[in-house]
Amino acid sequence: MRRSVLLASLLVMAVMALGGIGREHKSFVASAQEKAASTAEVKIDNFVFGPAAIIVPVGATVTWINRDDIPHTVVSTEKVFKSKVLDTDEKFSYTFTKAGEYPYFCSIHPKMTGKVVVQ
Amino acid sequence: MARNTKDEILHDHNHDGIDRRGFLKCMAWAGTGALCVIEGGVLKSYSMSRPLEMNPRDMKGELSFVQISDSHMGFNKPANTDVAATLQAAVNKINALSRPPEFLLHTGDISHLSKPEEFDAVEQILKSASAKDVFYVPGEHDVLNDDGKQYHERFAKGAQEGGWYSFEKKGVHFVGLVNVMNLKAGGLGTLGHEQLEWLEKDVKHLKSSTPIVVFAHIPLWAVYPEWGWGTEDSAEALAYLKKFGSVTVLNGHIHQIMQKVEGNVTFHTACSTAFPQPKPGEAPSPGPMKVPAEQLRSVLGISDVNYVSGQHALAVVDSTLA
Repeated sequence: MRRSVLLASLLVMAVMALGGIGREHKSFVASAQEKAASTAEVKIDNFVFGPAAIIVPVGATVTWINRDDIPHTVVSTEKVFKSKVLDTDEKFSYTFTKAGEYPYFCSIHPKMTGKVVVQ
Repeated sequence: MARNTKDEILHDHNHDGIDRRGFLKCMAWAGTGALCVIEGGVLKSYSMSRPLEMNPRDMKGELSFVQISDSHMGFNKPANTDVAATLQAAVNKINALSRPPEFLLHTGDISHLSKPEEFDAVEQILKSASAKDVFYVPGEHDVLNDDGKQYHERFAKGAQEGGWYSFEKKGVHFVGLVNVMNLKAGGLGTLGHEQLEWLEKDVKHLKSSTPIVVFAHIPLWAVYPEWGWGTEDSAEALAYLKKFGSVTVLNGHIHQIMQKVEGNVTFHTACSTAFPQPKPGEAPSPGPMKVPAEQLRSVLGISDVNYVSGQHALAVVDSTLA
């Protein structure tokens, strides 16, 4: 009797676990779709990254656009990403797949700094 | 049409201080370079945007050369839509000197975007200068994209690996330094350990009576750190030059003339041949400064004319009156 109860409960647990994975899978897909749509923009103008600090979810794509009349670059201090030189109206995008803090600066005008916080 | 080379308004119909009858084309804001004359081992510099104030008698010396800077070939925004023309005008002024300078020093930002055609254009224009030798140091705009490889191949073949070098002319020791590589976030210009070690050795055995001229792009003194106008480790470089009786430091980068004397060292910065920048703190950022000449430009039908009221003698550049 106890053995069958044990077996039954094991079975139930197994079914629940499998069911749980299924649920997890569905929510993973849903959130990936939500996150894929997540974008943020940083405008570069007057020697300033605006906003200087942004918070985005994991998987978000940040696009920097240079509205200044002088070229700038976007370079991660930890060498995670590096744009080519952006002249006026040129853009650079990077998708953040890992959580963390990503300080960056303009390698031509190193006093210009900014940060992307990925949560 | 009368040639008016004095700072004089003949007809002021619009009451805005701009004479449209005469053809006022002014390069005063952009400046055209500094004529440097070494006399008795001491360097004197003369701004070439004030040709009428330059007395040939004052300019005799053992050696003369011209410093130009920040040509930004490739820049084409409203502050100056034709930087090639203003560079050519600078060369024309050089060629008008009664005594041709021995060589030119270009203190960097030769190009605007480190593009080959930009470097080509500057070399082409400078070929028409009366001085055939040009010595360069790079600006941060010259080493984009390729860690300075292109700059090095064109302008620093005989230099040390990092692009720095020295040479002698008539007993004067010239040192070209590079302070635009490896810029760090939030930082200023930087010379770096290797270059400083080289500098120490380079000047060690020179007699203290040797006149020294150091040229580099970013100023070697703290002009305005908030805008990155300074070099982090310049103090060490200057320490190696302490023993010399006459040291002149020539810089660019800030697109305006500034001078400072500290003991035996005189610092000069040069104007840009392309566009001016605001004085420290007088604008939210150190970007290209537009001068009020839009109306003048369109009325005279000239593509690159700028007039700044209250400036010194106006230099007449070639014109086409509409």
